[in-house]
Amino acid sequence: MKQLMKGNNALAEAAVRAGCRLFAGYPITPQSEILEYLSWRLPQAGGEFVQTESELAGINMIIGGAAAGQRVMTSSSGPGFSLKQEGISYLASIELPAVIVDVARFGIGLGDVTVGQGDYFQTTKGGGHGGYFIPVYAPSSIQENADFVVKAFETAEKYRTPVIVLSDASIGQMCGSVELPEQQYPKRDRFDWALGADGDRPPMGRKMTDRMYTDFAYEEYVPHICSRYNEMKENEQLWEEVQAEDAEVLLVSYGISSRICKEAVKIGRSLGLKLGLIRPMTVWPFPVKAFRKYNGKVKGYLAVEMIPIPQMIEDVYLAAHGAAPVYAMPTGREIASSEDIIENVKAILNGTKEVY
Amino acid sequence: MTKNIPALISGSNSFCPGCGHGIIIRLIAEVLDEMGIKQQDAICALAVGCACLLNNTLKVDRLGCPHGRAGAGASGIKRCRPDKLVFTYQGDGDAISIGFSETVYAAQRNEKITAIIVNNGVFGMTGGQASPTTLIGQKTATTVNGRTAEFNGMPVDIMDHLRPVPSAAYLARGSVHDAKSILKTKQYIRRAFETQISGSGYSCVEILSPCPTNWHMDPVTAADRIASEVIAAYPLGEIKTGGAAS
Repeated sequence: MKQLMKGNNALAEAAVRAGCRLFAGYPITPQSEILEYLSWRLPQAGGEFVQTESELAGINMIIGGAAAGQRVMTSSSGPGFSLKQEGISYLASIELPAVIVDVARFGIGLGDVTVGQGDYFQTTKGGGHGGYFIPVYAPSSIQENADFVVKAFETAEKYRTPVIVLSDASIGQMCGSVELPEQQYPKRDRFDWALGADGDRPPMGRKMTDRMYTDFAYEEYVPHICSRYNEMKENEQLWEEVQAEDAEVLLVSYGISSRICKEAVKIGRSLGLKLGLIRPMTVWPFPVKAFRKYNGKVKGYLAVEMIPIPQMIEDVYLAAHGAAPVYAMPTGREIASSEDIIENVKAILNGTKEVY
Repeated sequence: MTKNIPALISGSNSFCPGCGHGIIIRLIAEVLDEMGIKQQDAICALAVGCACLLNNTLKVDRLGCPHGRAGAGASGIKRCRPDKLVFTYQGDGDAISIGFSETVYAAQRNEKITAIIVNNGVFGMTGGQASPTTLIGQKTATTVNGRTAEFNGMPVDIMDHLRPVPSAAYLARGSVHDAKSILKTKQYIRRAFETQISGSGYSCVEILSPCPTNWHMDPVTAADRIASEVIAAYPLGEIKTGGAAS
């Protein structure tokens, strides 16, 4: 049964239904509805809700709950999301499953509460210290806000990794219909690695700490971590294609910008332009498999993202592998318009748009 | 004479000669033994700093938390595993400097955890820099002419901040500089754990501990310094008993 819900609330309800046992977070616009919704809903479902004194405490409570083997989540935006990066690096290092939601807002520093896509590098390139990669789902609708949270918990446990859901202010704040997921009841003691869980223990007990420096010789750690990342890259790429098969120009766009791109494809086709779209649904791993199908066939990729200085375009550039020119369409503080996209595509086709 | 090693202590540790950490970790293990708490029923949230060397010594499940965040980490664990005894093991730099907020808010939210804070007045692992609990006049790597109130501010007594918190159910400050204090400290740890198990509220034991290496003293002189100087600034005893105020 479909329901009418706000994007942030749909995400929060989906987390409850995924069996989230602990949410710890702090208010910041435009993600506060997640916090507000879970403040009453999670205890109702038998979980723990904590409004922490800071984002630091929030992410660190999540580390504790993840170490205890339970489904745990935190969410934030902008500067609050930056504060969580040290903790995400720890989660990646200890190899703990957890879901971190970024309802992206605009700008650097305090920025603004309006929508933006400036957290691409921070989420996909290891926003904390030391060098790590973790899966990042990029919903573009209220339905995906719900679906990707469930998927994020599953992927997190499959690889024992933190996972980010990179939503944004407009998807979080808009209302629409959503089919909510089934309620799950994950068993408390289902992981034999978790602190306090049943099962055999090594003589020293279970230890969760930086594995690379203490549990392995570093030479053993390198192949371990490489094989994990390669496995995720190989298996977890998700993307949507819209009229890509015969396209001369392929738009590349995620999140809110990709919705406008879909409209632009429709308009472009009605004007006789062979226009298509690759929409990354995971921005890490970036869906390079999609590009392999079209490299050498298309006249160009146009990366459409809502930021003054483009970021995702660097992954498009790598995925194009020199086999197709890549063009930038950063839309700054404005959501892209179909008209501008069509103009850019025409410029690519008549050779007047500068290659990135 | 026989040498008894508590069940949850491994044979050795890697602390400096004369350091108090080894004594304190042994006390924790003895209390767990005496209370009948098994390996799978206790979880420790560890600090960054010398305290993290507990990793090689105490055989319970344990999580290495980011610097200062053991109070939050332990809270997350306890909320997911309320059936387990959950305690932090932190130094004064971790719990009172960078983690001050997490320490006080764990008490304020009435998290059913026990914080064990080892106060040696310096950042030990990083080479003896001043910490919040460094005494006035004390020379450290970052107070080379001695701490002054004007330049560094007054030392921080964490119990001053925990005592007024209604949900702080059990608070005590012990020391490990002599046999009598060691036995009392063991009692405090036991009462703190009992407070947690009874569900009556947050508990914290701060323990004065010598750091001969960074105090640039031999072990005996370092222990004597606690008796002659440190206790005056940080008086020993039970600070709050009887459970959380409702």
